This record gives sequence, C-alpha cells and structure tokens, in this order.
Amino acid sequence: MILLRSRSLVREKCVEGALFLSALLSIFTTLGIISILIFETYEFFKKVSIFDFLTDRQWTPMFVDKHFGILSLFAGTFLTTLIAMVVAIPIGLICAVFLSEYASNRMRTYVKPILEILAAVPTVVYGYFALLFVTPLLQKLIPDLAGFNALSPGIVMGIMIIPIISSLSEDAMHAVPMSLREGAYALGATRLQVALRVVLPAALSGITASLILGISRAIGETMIVAVAAGQQPRLTLNPLVPIETVTAYIVQVSLGDTPAGTIEYQTIFATGMSLFGVTFLLNILSYKLKKKFREAYE
Amino acid sequence: MSDEFQIKNLNAFYGSKQALKNINLDISEKTITALIGPSGCGKSTFIRCLNRMNDLVKSFHLEGDILYQGTDLYSGKWDVIDIRDKIGMVFQKPNPFPKSIRENITFGLKIRGMKDRNILEHITEQSLKKAAIWDEVKDRLNDHALSLSGGQQQRLCIARTLAVQPQVILFDEPCSALDPISTAKIEELMLEIKKDFTIIIVTHNMQQAARVSDQSGFFLLGELIEMGKTQDIFTNPHDKRTEDYITGRFG
Ligand SMILES: Nc1ncnc2c1ncn2[C@@H]1O[C@H](COP(=O)(O)OP(=O)(O)OP(=O)(O)O)[C@@H](O)[C@H]1O
Ligand SMILES: [Mg+2]
Repeated sequence: MILLRSRSLVREKCVEGALFLSALLSIFTTLGIISILIFETYEFFKKVSIFDFLTDRQWTPMFVDKHFGILSLFAGTFLTTLIAMVVAIPIGLICAVFLSEYASNRMRTYVKPILEILAAVPTVVYGYFALLFVTPLLQKLIPDLAGFNALSPGIVMGIMIIPIISSLSEDAMHAVPMSLREGAYALGATRLQVALRVVLPAALSGITASLILGISRAIGETMIVAVAAGQQPRLTLNPLVPIETVTAYIVQVSLGDTPAGTIEYQTIFATGMSLFGVTFLLNILSYKLKKKFREAYE
Repeated sequence: MSDEFQIKNLNAFYGSKQALKNINLDISEKTITALIGPSGCGKSTFIRCLNRMNDLVKSFHLEGDILYQGTDLYSGKWDVIDIRDKIGMVFQKPNPFPKSIRENITFGLKIRGMKDRNILEHITEQSLKKAAIWDEVKDRLNDHALSLSGGQQQRLCIARTLAVQPQVILFDEPCSALDPISTAKIEELMLEIKKDFTIIIVTHNMQQAARVSDQSGFFLLGELIEMGKTQDIFTNPHDKRTEDYITGRFG
C-alpha cells in the first residue's frame, strides 16, 4: 500500500514537472519575442529620432530620401479599422440582440456556429474576395475608386469581425439575469424596450470588451489589407485611394530580401513594436472591462 | 366592494405537468390577499398568471377564465402591455435595474413616452415617499441602485412599481430576502397603500400573512385548499390540511 502510494506520488511529481516546463517554455518564447522586438527597436531609434518617427508625414524607408513617419502607416491602419468597425459594430450588435433576445434556443444553437464560420475563413481568401470581387463591385457605384483602396478591404474585414462582436456581445447579454428582464416586462415594457433599454446597457461592459477585441483584431489583421489595400503609405483619410497599413508594410519588407542589421530591416521591428503596443493596451482594456462585468453579476 | 379578479376553473400547465388544478377564487378591490402554502405548490405560478408573466415561459399554457374587471385577461381583449400597466409586480429577489436610483423610478414612465422633466421629478418623489424610502435616498438619486442595501433595493422596486400607478400590485415573497426591520417597513407600507391598490401577496411567513391580509388562501400541490377571511383561516380553519400547515405540523 505504502509503496503504491509513493509510486503514484512520483508519477504525480513527474506530471507536475512536465506541465511546469511547458508553461515555462511558452513564457520564455514570449519573453524572447519581446526582447528581440525591444532590442531591434532600440537599434532603430539609435538612427532615427523618436520625434521624427512620430511627426514626419512620410514613410519612405526604401527610397534614397528616407523618411520614417509612422503616422502614414497608422493612418492606413486607422482608416481600414474604422471602415471595418462601421460595418461590424452595427451588424454584430443587431445579430447579438437578435440571438440573445429574440431567437429560440434551437435557432441560437444553429445560427451561432454558422456565424462563427465567418471568423474561420482563411484571411487570404477574404483578401482576394476584397480585391477581385468587392472592389470591382464598388467601382460600379464609385467610379473614382482605385484598384487598391481602403474601402473594400475595410468592408470585408468588417464582415470577418462580425462574429467576434456578435458572439461575445451575445454571451454578455445572455448573462444578464432573467430577473432584470422580468422586472422590465412587469413594468409594461415591450420586448424591444427590454432588449435596448435594459439588457443592452446592463451588458455594456461586456459589449465594450467585445468591441475592443474586434478593433484590435482589425488593427492586427494583415492578409486582407496586404492583398487589397495597396502598398503606398499615405497620410490620408480618403478611403478611395491606395494606402498601406502597418501590418501590410511588415509583410512587404519581410517578403523582400533586406539584409539583417540595416535600417530597412529594423523598421520591421520598430513598426511591429508600435503595433504590439497598441493592441496590447487594447487587450488590457478589454480584459479589465470583462472582469468588471463579471464582478457586477457573479 | 366590487370584484377585481374572478378566477374560474383555472388549470395551468408547464408542458404536460399540471401546476394549478381547478382554482376558483374572487378577489375584491382594495384588499390584501395573502397566499400561503408549502414550496412548489403553485403560488408563484398563480400570481404570475394574473399579469401574464407566464407568457415568458414557452412551455406554459392555461385553461379556464381569469376575469379582471369583468374581462378575461387571456381573451385577446386585453393587450399584455395594458395588463401590466394596471397590474404591477414586485419579485422575491430585489431586481433593480443597474442604473441610477432616479432612472429606476422613471423607467416605467419613460417607456410610456413621458418626457416632461417636472412631472418625472414629481412622480419620482411621490413614489419614493409612498415606498418609505425617500428620506434615505433623496440626497443620492443619481447613485447607482445597486449601492443600496437589499431592503432599500426592495423598497426601490416597490417605488418603481408605484410610479406607473397600477391598480393592482402582486408581491411574490417580497420580504424573503430581508431582515425583520425592512420586513416591518414593507408590511407597514402595504397597509398604507392598501387604500389605493388591490394587493396580492405570496408569503411563507404565517405571521406576515396574519398581520397584513384581509383574506388568505392556502395552496397545496396545485390546489386551492381553503380561502377565506384571514382571521378565520388562522383561528378556525375548516380543512385539516390547512390547520396542519399553519400550526407547523405539516409533512
Ligand atoms: N418555468 C417552469 N417550468 C417548468 N415547471 C415549472 C416552472 N416554474 C414552476 N414550475 C413547477 O410548477 C410547480 C409550482 O411552482 P411555483 O413556482 O408556482 O411554486 P411556489 O408555490 O411559488 O413555490 P415557492 O414557495 O418555492 O416559490 C413546481 O412543481 C415547479 O417545479
Ligand atoms: Mg414562488
């Protein structure tokens, strides 16, 4: 008996050790990535001043006359993200309200996974969908639209993000206690009033978290914009002309043969670091909001 | 005194499971009716028929008539929204909306399209006063309702119901989550508002039923065993099962 127990104790210890090691491995990978990012970014800023980086209006690291104004790239990212959100937020929220407040249980179990398929389509497919289908379609409506532009990939990205918003918002709305709905019905509220005036506000922090997650997904999205938005960094908010986003720029340089250690090579890390900083902050915000939401109802 | 409710041969079902069996009962206006009985006997089901709250339960259906002011609630002559206009409800667990104290009171008025700020202010004050909570919240109307204590939240929910000026108020165990002082306040409040409202209260507290109600009904396993003047029910019940229940000798 005692022998048996000590043997299982040894096995227990081994499993524990293995789990600990694999946890350690992922932590070290993350640390490795971050430290390389930081190191190369540091090297970059030895050559380019942070002031220029943040205020220069041009981004031309490949030209003879080099400019390193990250704003031009972030303008592209901002624009495509904005367009995506204009599409994804209303549609995503309408889907969420419908699924949580109107659909029967049966309907919900069918519709939710179908919506989620949208998020599972490989993004390169979306990219070509934007370039070869949506852009030509839009050009019939807007003759001025360039072949590469922010509008079409923005819209397609919005479609891709709908399930992120609808699914998480629906979870948040579903978690609103039935007693609140009953309270509102008992006061003579209609179903729509209950949905919009009680459930939606009560789930607000969860919904906001889902919106932020959607935004950070849009900011980090690479393939769609790389394929369909063009490669012309431009400080503009015009959705009809070619632009370049931060992510698309990173792809562009990574695919080329820039030698390690050069300034062009280091731009990858500086832009990557900026991008990481933004999405990291958004994720923290979203996490905080989710936690706040949980505290309110559990 | 005229009859507010006349209930005839009421049978209610969740799916195929019968929750109420052949209930017959009249309720006069401006009285307090207490419903007592062991857990699961159908008291909540019964009062939730009266404001059609059971409509929210998909598997629910009922047979028989529930006349409210002479017209069948389920006949299609009544709109559900109108019914809940006239028949308010306070729940077992306080369920204020996660909004400010003020917004909790004005919610019912605003969904009816009331916009006049002066009227909203006036009704807010009146309702909170009637619900005996005005003094405790008058300086903090913009505070979050969930910052109130459980007893205060329940009185806020009562105030919210009073604000839309119903004629009937249904109370489903309104004090079961409250301490004796809050309970006493709510009982006092019920006796106070009785002159304007018809009140039906479900309670597990025999003393409470005896203290506040004019008439009482005893439910058991979906049946209304006995209904009568509260005094009679508690001092001289006709049915052995009622006697056993109120004397605590049950089961
Ligand atoms: N939504 C529902 N779906 C199915 N059955 C239900 C539902 N609500 C209540 N019931 C059943 O109907 C019966 C009566 O329930 P009801 O809630 O009316 O009892 P109650 O007298 O209010 O009990 P309590 O004192 O515990 O509140 C119970 O057997 C219960 O299981
Ligand atoms: Mg009950």
